[in-house]
Amino acid sequence: MTAATGQSGPAAADSVEKRYHRFAEPPDTMALESGARLGPITVAYETWGRLNEGRDNAILVAHAFSGDSHAAGRYAGESGDDKLAWWDFLIGPGKGIDTDRYFVICANILGSCMGTTGPSSINPATGRPYGLDFPMVTIGDMVETQKRLLDHLGIDRLLTVIGGSVGGMQVLEWCRRYPRAIRSAIPIATTMRHSALAIAFNEIARQAIMADPNWQGGNYYDTGRSPDLGLAVARMVGHVTYLSDQAMRRKFGRRLQDKNDFSFGFDADFQVESYLRHQGSKFVRRFDANSLLYITRAADYFDMTQRPEPVDAERPDIKYLVVSYSSDWLYPTYQARELVRRLKRAGRDVSFCEIEADCGHDAFLLPDERLTNLIRGFLHGIAAA
Amino acid sequence: MASPQPEHIRFDLQVIASLIEPGSRVLDLGCGGGDLLAWLAAAKDVRGAGIEQDKDKAARCIARGLSVLHGDLNTEVEDYPDASFDYVILSQTLQQVYEPARLLRSLARIGKRVIVSFPNFSHWTIRLQLLWRGMAPKNDQLPYSWYDTPNIRVITLADFRRFARDVGYRIVREIAIDTASSSGKVVEFLANWRATYGIFIIEQKNSGGA
Repeated sequence: MTAATGQSGPAAADSVEKRYHRFAEPPDTMALESGARLGPITVAYETWGRLNEGRDNAILVAHAFSGDSHAAGRYAGESGDDKLAWWDFLIGPGKGIDTDRYFVICANILGSCMGTTGPSSINPATGRPYGLDFPMVTIGDMVETQKRLLDHLGIDRLLTVIGGSVGGMQVLEWCRRYPRAIRSAIPIATTMRHSALAIAFNEIARQAIMADPNWQGGNYYDTGRSPDLGLAVARMVGHVTYLSDQAMRRKFGRRLQDKNDFSFGFDADFQVESYLRHQGSKFVRRFDANSLLYITRAADYFDMTQRPEPVDAERPDIKYLVVSYSSDWLYPTYQARELVRRLKRAGRDVSFCEIEADCGHDAFLLPDERLTNLIRGFLHGIAAA
Repeated sequence: MASPQPEHIRFDLQVIASLIEPGSRVLDLGCGGGDLLAWLAAAKDVRGAGIEQDKDKAARCIARGLSVLHGDLNTEVEDYPDASFDYVILSQTLQQVYEPARLLRSLARIGKRVIVSFPNFSHWTIRLQLLWRGMAPKNDQLPYSWYDTPNIRVITLADFRRFARDVGYRIVREIAIDTASSSGKVVEFLANWRATYGIFIIEQKNSGGA
């Protein structure tokens, strides 16, 4: 077993490195919630800061559906012009999640395509990519792989587990599955279960991919053709749900893209069209279509209300901080309040705040002092307790 | 967690804090910036929670490490299990509540004891204004005009005693305070005339609490 302390070499102080942990080697494969078994499994992860002697300053960051382990910092050799890591405003020395104080871990989720095993990984049984032979995975299975990683790193109990959107679902699943392994939980811009609206948008995204002839039943990896158009449309739909009416009015309105008049054709006349096309084609370069199918399915299946917490009189008191955004119409504030209500009824210690922001669901990924202050103060309270 | 010096918190909150036994579980309704909760946590090892309608204030509380919900106290109190708290505090809010009897029932359900404070509408300055000027009275505790006041109830100490009795509560303790002076003091004599605020600890009659 590798101890996490002392791993930080001189280079790790200013750059971050993607690492891999491989486990569940056959025949000791991992049982999934569906009943299927999977193995071997590789988990890609990154860490920031140092694990202290008491091993009690670790924070797990759970990423959203299309995210990756690169939550903060820069890889060696990256220049100032490269795109910042997705939660760089929140995680780092002196930031809301202060890596001078905390040891922070973020792992790519099971079923993804950013280094962790997923449908584009090689199936050891065939020597070819899994495709749809990859078993259906759940939010619970994702959490299970994160737990195996923490066991490997020698971390018994997390100071907190934090995440937004599908990452927030993982946070809630952690609380249910491993309440003794966490002291606090910060679910952000998330829900206990998808509404019909959320499932509907996911289904449109999946249908866009599966309707693309290049999808080929999911077995496109060796064919030289991939469902890029379907994946791009899926991302366009996703992006609309991450924004809001106000944000789109402010960012685009009815403004035209590089022209003064309509083309009287089907070019991207409007800025909003151009933006969505750009987001779509950018996404195709970095994401796998089958991963989108699997992860959106896992999110649709997730339902905290159908999974009662195990009765446990000695259950430790997890402190919760629930955060929602006023213009999030994918996981609106009323869903966060349902979560808060459920936690209160269970006698849990819960804080809740809705942040006023017009950026829709995506607000949790945008630099915001209010979120930073909430998290910094909440973590101080936990660490001091 | 930043904890305020006791002399820096409002006098009525100091009095309320003095009534709470160390180690209690406390819910503070309309907890504002969290001064009382922070002080109770630091000085009395209280396990506190708060509800605050103002987003920024609620966020400030959370950022100082307090457990606080941003929301409307009238609905938020519904979701706690029975007897979740030793004390539920409703300070300077009762006069703004639409259904006081219903709210108090909820509070008595979720808390073993309820501490209620409110501005006393029978203070002599108010009586004299109404008597001599014949206009809706204003003072430091009730500074609003009739057309912009959030205070939809006018309550006196005597009114609250009767209300508590009528809706089925026992008054465990009653403290009248005068905050008109700079430091604030407890009023013993002619309280209904001289008190700017009344503070009551009540409990359900059938609770048989000590």
